[in-house]
Amino acid sequence: MTLDSKIPAGPLEQKWTSFKNTAKLINPANKRKFELIVVGSGLAGSSAASTLAAQGFNIKCFCYQDSPRRAHSIAAQGGINAAKNYQNDGDSTYRLFYDTIKGGDFRSREANVYRLAEVSASIIDECAAQGVPFAREYGGQLANRSFGGAQVSRTFYARGQTGQQLLIGAYSALSAQIARKQVKMFPRTEMLDLVLVDGHAKGIVVRDMVTGEISTHSADAVLLCTGGYGNAFYLSTNARGCNVTATYRAHRRGALFANPCYTQIHPTCIPVSGDYQSKLTLMSESLRNDGRVWVPKRKEDCSKAPHEVAEEDRDYYLERKYLSYGNLAPRDIASRAAKQVCDEGRGVGPGGRGVYLDFAEAIKRHGQHTVEERYGNLFEMYSNITGENAYERPMRIYPAVHYTMGGLWVDYHLMSNLPGLFVLGEANFSDHGANRLGASALMQGLADGYFVIPYTIGEYLSTQFGKKSAAEAPEFAEAKDKVKKQVQQLIDIKGLRSPDSFHREIGLLLWNYCGMDRTSAGLKEALEKIPTIRQDFWKNVRVMGRNESLNQSLEHAGRVADYIDFAELMCMDALQRNESCGGHFRSEYQTDEGEALRNDDEYMYVSAWKHEGEGNLPTLVKESLNYEFVKPATRSYK
Amino acid sequence: MNFHLKVWRQDSPNDAGSFKSYEAVNIPAEASFLEMLDIVNEGLVNTSIEPIEFDSDCREGICGMCSLTINGIPHGPGRGTTCQLYMRKFRDGDSITIEPFRVGAFPMVKDLATDRGAFDRIIVAGGFITERAGSAPDANAMLIPKGIADEAMDAAACIGCGACAAACPNSSAMLFVSAKVGHLGLLPQGKPEQKRRVVSMVNQMDSEGFGNCSNFYECEAVCPAGIPVSFIARMNRQYTAASFEKSAGITE
Repeated sequence: MTLDSKIPAGPLEQKWTSFKNTAKLINPANKRKFELIVVGSGLAGSSAASTLAAQGFNIKCFCYQDSPRRAHSIAAQGGINAAKNYQNDGDSTYRLFYDTIKGGDFRSREANVYRLAEVSASIIDECAAQGVPFAREYGGQLANRSFGGAQVSRTFYARGQTGQQLLIGAYSALSAQIARKQVKMFPRTEMLDLVLVDGHAKGIVVRDMVTGEISTHSADAVLLCTGGYGNAFYLSTNARGCNVTATYRAHRRGALFANPCYTQIHPTCIPVSGDYQSKLTLMSESLRNDGRVWVPKRKEDCSKAPHEVAEEDRDYYLERKYLSYGNLAPRDIASRAAKQVCDEGRGVGPGGRGVYLDFAEAIKRHGQHTVEERYGNLFEMYSNITGENAYERPMRIYPAVHYTMGGLWVDYHLMSNLPGLFVLGEANFSDHGANRLGASALMQGLADGYFVIPYTIGEYLSTQFGKKSAAEAPEFAEAKDKVKKQVQQLIDIKGLRSPDSFHREIGLLLWNYCGMDRTSAGLKEALEKIPTIRQDFWKNVRVMGRNESLNQSLEHAGRVADYIDFAELMCMDALQRNESCGGHFRSEYQTDEGEALRNDDEYMYVSAWKHEGEGNLPTLVKESLNYEFVKPATRSYK
Repeated sequence: MNFHLKVWRQDSPNDAGSFKSYEAVNIPAEASFLEMLDIVNEGLVNTSIEPIEFDSDCREGICGMCSLTINGIPHGPGRGTTCQLYMRKFRDGDSITIEPFRVGAFPMVKDLATDRGAFDRIIVAGGFITERAGSAPDANAMLIPKGIADEAMDAAACIGCGACAAACPNSSAMLFVSAKVGHLGLLPQGKPEQKRRVVSMVNQMDSEGFGNCSNFYECEAVCPAGIPVSFIARMNRQYTAASFEKSAGITE
């Protein structure tokens, strides 16, 4: 099997323009004849659904939450990047492109990343026109802040709630199309399978989460905008309901899953405090501007209260290791450094998994009032969750799973290898390589939905006139039957363990063996253990209640079954990639100084995995990455 | 910590429903209220009792999905969402009553979960700016004074949880509706549609069965996003003017 990424020929700056100039169009009268399914209502889903609906397509949009406004894009805090150069500080499309591709450790496609940078400015225009209340200067112009991995100020923001405001903007655009009856919305509805007719994605199977009714929906194309798979780890900054089911079940139907081992661990989260915990909470990266990260030099001091550890007995390890970046070292590097000191037994707090983020010096230098002004809401949130006052005692932080760069494989048109199946936002793999820079996730979700898919979907649809499949086709009945059987099977097992206990087990396994650092031996061990967990799950899971009502335990069980299978894919991917890059750190491959050691000669490719049927190992398909315009370099933050 | 819980259980919308008592034992003080319920649910599953259904998603106070009335107060004691309430705020041995948001316009789904689709339908009635992707002018072409942008942001912070309606003796959704009307109406790009917007959103609110505002201000007291009631006053003025113009046949 070979993969065609369909990158247009020509100079980097001309690729998107020349694509648009020659792309197939669908005339307005014909748009009406097409029906599209959009799964997910986050930034990618809402923006795609509303834009395509405004053009005249008929849309059915599905989300598992009780309202499309609650998708987890809403939780993004920091901001959204755009190459506007409003600050006159030297920004340009090329710089945003270069920062993003370098931040991704040279493991993404040049053409995709350039297009992302190119459309970024239009996103800000679009959102402002929708009424997104971006932060402004006194003169009425938009304000910017700086973010990691860049030397310019290109991040637009709305207080600490940028994701919320952008999502509410996209949700209001979606609502306008619901009002026009161009979009039919299905909240509390979960996609449980993809339907293929003659190899083309022509529909989905869904479960109504309130009545339990399992039904099929047919369409001319299916767009998955279902987010990332961070919850495979159990503890992450994701929402409770985020899951891999839609993308994984599409994978089982033949869609290739690309780079599943690329996961982002965010360095500044509130540490795990017990096994009751349901999620981890992010503390904005901006805190590292004024906070100093340290642990005691000696293990014996770790149980002491922080103020009892004398200045000379503290190890400000980021400042020691990374002279020029110090406490502002990038996410992947800061996370690994925290893990290393904790592994040495020098971590603080319960279980020794935590490091201090200390504001004493900032308070001394600027006064408490200034620190309060800058970070007051974060200190309040911290005190709410931990019961500690960070003005008096350093915060304790630890890395946590945050974002997943891997996802379903897509070409330049955002279409997977299955014709008619498009994948947008975090659910696809295409733009962030092995590590994502801050403030880029919002940018990509909206770029895909507002400005990419409206141009690229015509290439496929123009070949599909009159080919819409009736929902009565046998393929729909087969898929629906399969879903019904699985749901019933989960209820009938009546074992001894809750779905949650299995989720914790697989999550912990992934965290230990496929988390911040990975080894060949550890990954092999994980791959040996996963089948046992799977076997136990299908014998021993206990789902209470019935299908025909709201049943969160049943929903969870189905998702956990997919996490277990997906965990295997992640570990296999991490095992075959004998190099370290971005969020993927293999201990065997590091420099003398403990930094990631890439192997461009052998691993300059996207690893796309093909499902080979139940009980068989997936096979690896490679898409090689050809850097025509940029020379891959070693990232250094010394 | 240990707690005595009285939890509303209702199998379906047509079921009568009643309070059931459960013991929450060995709860860490650091656990959130929803994590306490997770622990209780794990125990129920182990003793073959159907777990308590309740809505939650982001668990960091921003998505607006969690919606419990705790000891009679939507989202419980203190300002913030249910998911941001921590057990150390209670005393060991406390009795805690847990109910769904009780609003006529939010039909029951099961146990503690309700259907807040009415809020979505109010937004569909006009809570948006009509705009087509790709047609926007440069974002800095329209200057908006910082004060106006900040005030619009205060209103836009609404998370759509419905606590305002649950706290109101009249089950009024005025705080929710006025926050959206205020957010969009303050901004220049929202002005062209403002009259139509305020009339159709208020009419939709009425037809969903929400009550009117009679100035109890309970909504403001429980709002996790801190939306002030002054937005209700602003909306009342705009609604009166716009509906008069409409009845007099004056078009925009």
